[in-house]
Amino acid sequence: MEDLIKLLDKNGLVFAFLLVGAVMSVSYFIAKRLTNNKVPGAAIAITFGLIIAYFGKEKGIASVPAFSGVAILGGSMLRDFSIVSTALGASFTEIKKTGWVGFFCLLVGTVVAFVVGGSIAYIMGYTDAKSMTTIGAGACTFIVGPVTGAAVGASSEVIAISIAIGVIKSVFVTILTPFVAKRLGIDNPQSAMIFGGLVGSTSGVSAGLVATDPKLVPYGALTATFHTAMGCLICPSILYYFVQLIF
Amino acid sequence: MKIYGVSILAGCFLAGHILGDLLGKFFHLSGNLGGVGFAMLFLILMYDYLKKKNLLHEETESGILFWSKMYIPVVVAMSASQNVKAALSGGWVALLVGILATVACYLLIPIFTSLSQKNN
Repeated sequence: MEDLIKLLDKNGLVFAFLLVGAVMSVSYFIAKRLTNNKVPGAAIAITFGLIIAYFGKEKGIASVPAFSGVAILGGSMLRDFSIVSTALGASFTEIKKTGWVGFFCLLVGTVVAFVVGGSIAYIMGYTDAKSMTTIGAGACTFIVGPVTGAAVGASSEVIAISIAIGVIKSVFVTILTPFVAKRLGIDNPQSAMIFGGLVGSTSGVSAGLVATDPKLVPYGALTATFHTAMGCLICPSILYYFVQLIF
Repeated sequence: MKIYGVSILAGCFLAGHILGDLLGKFFHLSGNLGGVGFAMLFLILMYDYLKKKNLLHEETESGILFWSKMYIPVVVAMSASQNVKAALSGGWVALLVGILATVACYLLIPIFTSLSQKNN
């Protein structure tokens, strides 16, 4: 048994291919047979992924011996590499059509998330400027939260909360998007870009769009990645400045 | 050869990350500012250019397409390696902020979509 665990850990990435392939095939089977393709296989597979992660620790299932390779396959390097590759299906003319509205989305999305997050933090008793700023930043994405927290010097407890917020957001976006996409009009490249820019959370947006319509992934992911950039830029600077002014 | 495609993708990926890193340094932030987004733009422009010059073989393209098809499995692996337990134990603040801030942003989508349609 111990030898087997050692072997699987040593060949982690290969074991992850096998594992994820198995999860995918079960999910697509369920999607086809049980839901008649009404619920996308990708959505079921991602939900399975999250449930599996619950059995692990900091790195989800990858914290469990023998499963460490899952963190390589799902780590930031391969994730970003494959996100970038989806750009092949995107057309530059479609991107240009969104134009300044796309940029405006990034700004508004960041500020709205920040204000909502900061206000709730205040109501829940985190009334100092540093904590409010960090929690507000966490409402953007789970990268913006810790980056901002480190920049303004927030406590590690608050930084941990800001990461948790970002993770909850990405999980929530992943699950919610396929169900509300039609009602919100997310069915073309422009609205997908607006969606990505407003909501941010690259992982949530792209996972949610995969389950909605894979053709829209590159558009949503493109603006979503700039959402994180916008957040890292304005949360610890301009927005922190305003929070200090008010409180 | 397929490796040409993978190689083009890798070049765009690294160029984007380098640009994102430089921007991060420029603004004195310990993060990568939009590296993935820049990489995607590079790949789109590169693809357009190569296509126009007729330099893109089907084999080359399939090297990039393979990775874009691997996207869903990679996302599944990513979900499986998230700290779901911590997200749930982050308490009520985390749960409330995570959900309410997201809902607020979702509600803005129809407004911006109609704005963009008027714009065209």
